[in-house]
Amino acid sequence: MSFMSNDFQVLFPEILLAIGGMALLVLGVLRGDRSLGLVSWLAIILLVATGWFVLFPLTQFNRAFHGAFIADDFARFAKILILMGTGLTILMSKEYLEREKIAHFEFPVLLVLSTVGMFLMVSASSFIAVYMGLELQSLALYVLAAFNRDSLKSSEAGLKYFVLGALSSGMMLYGISLIYGFTGTTEFSVIAHVVTSPINIGLVFGIVFLIVGFAFKVSAVPFHMWTPDVYEGSPTPITAFFSMAPKVAAMALFLRAMIVPFAHAAGEWQQIVIFISALSMILGAVAAIGQTNIKRLMAYSSIGHMGYALLGLAAGTTAGVEGVLIYMTIYLITNAGVFVCILAMRRDGEAVETISDLAGLARTRPMLALAFAALMLSLAGLPPFAGFLAKFYIFLAVVAVHMYALAVLGVLASVVGAYYYLRIVKIMYFDDPAPAFDPDMSWNLKTILTGSSLFVVWFVASGGQIVSVAAASAKALLP
Amino acid sequence: MLTTIAFYLFSAIMIAAAFMVVASRNPVHSVLFLILTFFNAAALFVLLGAEFLALVLLFVYVGAVVVLFLFVVMMLDIDFEQLRRGVQDYLLLGAGVGILLACELLMILIAWKSAPLSAASLAHATPLHVTNTEALGRILYTDYIYYFQTAGLVLLIAMIGAIVLTLRHRPGVRRQSIKAQNARTPAMSMELKDVLPGQGS
Repeated sequence: MSFMSNDFQVLFPEILLAIGGMALLVLGVLRGDRSLGLVSWLAIILLVATGWFVLFPLTQFNRAFHGAFIADDFARFAKILILMGTGLTILMSKEYLEREKIAHFEFPVLLVLSTVGMFLMVSASSFIAVYMGLELQSLALYVLAAFNRDSLKSSEAGLKYFVLGALSSGMMLYGISLIYGFTGTTEFSVIAHVVTSPINIGLVFGIVFLIVGFAFKVSAVPFHMWTPDVYEGSPTPITAFFSMAPKVAAMALFLRAMIVPFAHAAGEWQQIVIFISALSMILGAVAAIGQTNIKRLMAYSSIGHMGYALLGLAAGTTAGVEGVLIYMTIYLITNAGVFVCILAMRRDGEAVETISDLAGLARTRPMLALAFAALMLSLAGLPPFAGFLAKFYIFLAVVAVHMYALAVLGVLASVVGAYYYLRIVKIMYFDDPAPAFDPDMSWNLKTILTGSSLFVVWFVASGGQIVSVAAASAKALLP
Repeated sequence: MLTTIAFYLFSAIMIAAAFMVVASRNPVHSVLFLILTFFNAAALFVLLGAEFLALVLLFVYVGAVVVLFLFVVMMLDIDFEQLRRGVQDYLLLGAGVGILLACELLMILIAWKSAPLSAASLAHATPLHVTNTEALGRILYTDYIYYFQTAGLVLLIAMIGAIVLTLRHRPGVRRQSIKAQNARTPAMSMELKDVLPGQGS
C-alpha cells in the first residue's frame, strides 16, 4: 500500500467504510428496494472488513492530518464496539423493516454512513473534527429516527430529535468558538499545552457549553428530554441502535474532549460532570418507575446508565476511563439482547409495546422469558451478572479518588432502579399469562439473543480478557 | 478610526435587522430583514480582511438560501398568527433567560483575556503577499482535505435523507420512456388495412 501517504493509511478503515457505504448506495439505487437483503449482508461484510483494519492497522503511525485525527488504542476499542452495535442493528432489522413495509435499501447505507461519523468522533483530536464527525453521525440518525415516514410517531421522533439536536449543536459550536478565542487553536494537544490554571472565565463558559452539547448526545440529565419520545417513536431496530453505537461514540468523544485538552482545568469540568452524572442516575431510576411502554422504559434506563458511565469520567483517572470502556461494552451487548426481546413482542403480526403484554411470558415462551430475565437482572446490576461488574469497576474508580458521597448515591440509585427491572421479571414469571406472542423468530435474532444472554452470565467467569484490553486502551488516553 | 465607525455602524444595523427578523409581523418582511442582516455580516467580514468569505456569504445565503426561503414562505400556507399565539405566555420566561444570558456574556466580555501562549498558535487572518482566496485555496484542499471531504459526506447524507423521507413511487404514473419510444416499430403501432372500394363507410 505504498501509493498512499501515511495520513491515508491511518485513515484507511474510515475511507474503506465511507467508500463501501457509497458503493452500497449505488448498488441499491441500481437494483431497487428488493436489494435490501443483499445490501444488508454486504454491509455486514464491509463492517467486518473494517473491523479487521481497525484491529490490524496498515501503519504504526496513529496521527493524521496535522493532529486532527488520532487512532490510538482508546479509539480502536470504541470503534470495535461501534462496529458491533451497527452490525447487530443491521442483523436485527431486516424482518422488522419488511413487516412494517419500510424495507428500503437506504437503511443499511445510512447506518454505515453514520458509523463513519462515529469513527470520526472517537478519533477526533481537534474541535473542527469533533463537530464534523458529530454532524455526520447525527444527520444520519435524524433520518433513521423518521425512517417510518408514514407513522406519525416516527416522524415526530425524527423532527424532535432534529430540532433539539440542532440546538445542542449550536450550543456546542458556541462553546468551541469561545475555546478557540481563548486558546487560538482547535487542536487538543495544543490546547492542553496552552491551558494552564488559573483559567479564564471565558474558557470556563466555553467548556460549559461544550459539555451541554456532549450531555445532549449521551442523553444525560438535564438534556435528556428528547430521549423518551425519540426512543418510543423510532422504528424498534433504530431505538436499539440509538442505545448502542451512538452512545458509545458520544461517550468516547466526551472522555477524550474533556481529559486530553483540559487536563489542567480538570477541577472546572469535573464539577459539572459530577452534577449531571448524579442527576442522570437519580432521574433514570425514579422516572422509569411509572412507565408503561417498554421502549420509553429503556429510554429512562439508558439515561440512568449514562449517569453511571459518566461517574467514570467524573473520577478522571485511568481506572475511571477503563471503567467507562467496560461499562459501555457490557451495556451495548446487554441492550442488543433486550431489544431482540422487544422485537419479539408481536401479537397477530402487530408489534405490542406495553409492559403488561409481557405477563406470564415464562409460561408461554419459557426460553425467551429466561433470557429476558437474565438481561434485566444484568441491567439492574445484580451479581453475578455482567451488569454488576460494570458498576463494580466504575464504583471502584470513584472510591479510589475518595468521592464517597457520589459512590453511595450511585449505589442508592441502582437499588431504586432495580425495582423496575425486577418488576418486569415479576410480571413475566408470576402474572396471569396474556395471549402468547407470535412464535416465529428468525435465526439471526435467536443468535443475538442467545449470545447476549450467555455473555451477561459468563462475563463473571471469563470477562478478564475484556477487562485487560480495556485497561490497556484506557492508558492511551491518560498516560 | 474610519474602520471603527464602520464596524459600529454595520454591527448596529445588523443587530437591529436581526431583531426585526423576529419582531416583524409579516413573514416576507422577516426574510427581507434577514437579507439585510446577511449584507451587514458580509460587510463585517470585509472589515476583517476576509473578502472571500464575505462574497461567499452573499452568494450562498442571500443568492440562494434566503431567496429559496422567501419562496417557501410565500408558497406555503402557514398561518403565522396561529404560530405566534403562544408567544405572550412565554415572553416573561424567555426575557428572563435572555437577560441572564446577556449578563453572563457581559461578564465574559469584561473578564476576557486570551491565554498567554495562544499568540503562537494563532493563524494569521490575512497572510502576507497572498490574496484571501488564494490563501484559502492553498489549505482547503491540502491541510484541510480531511474536513473538506467530511463536509462532502455530510451533504451526501443530507441528500439521501431528503430522498428517503420524501420520495414516493406512485403507481400508475405515465412517464416518458425514450427507450420504449425508440424501440417502437411501425408493425407495433400501425395496422394497414386494405379498404376495398365501396366498403369504407
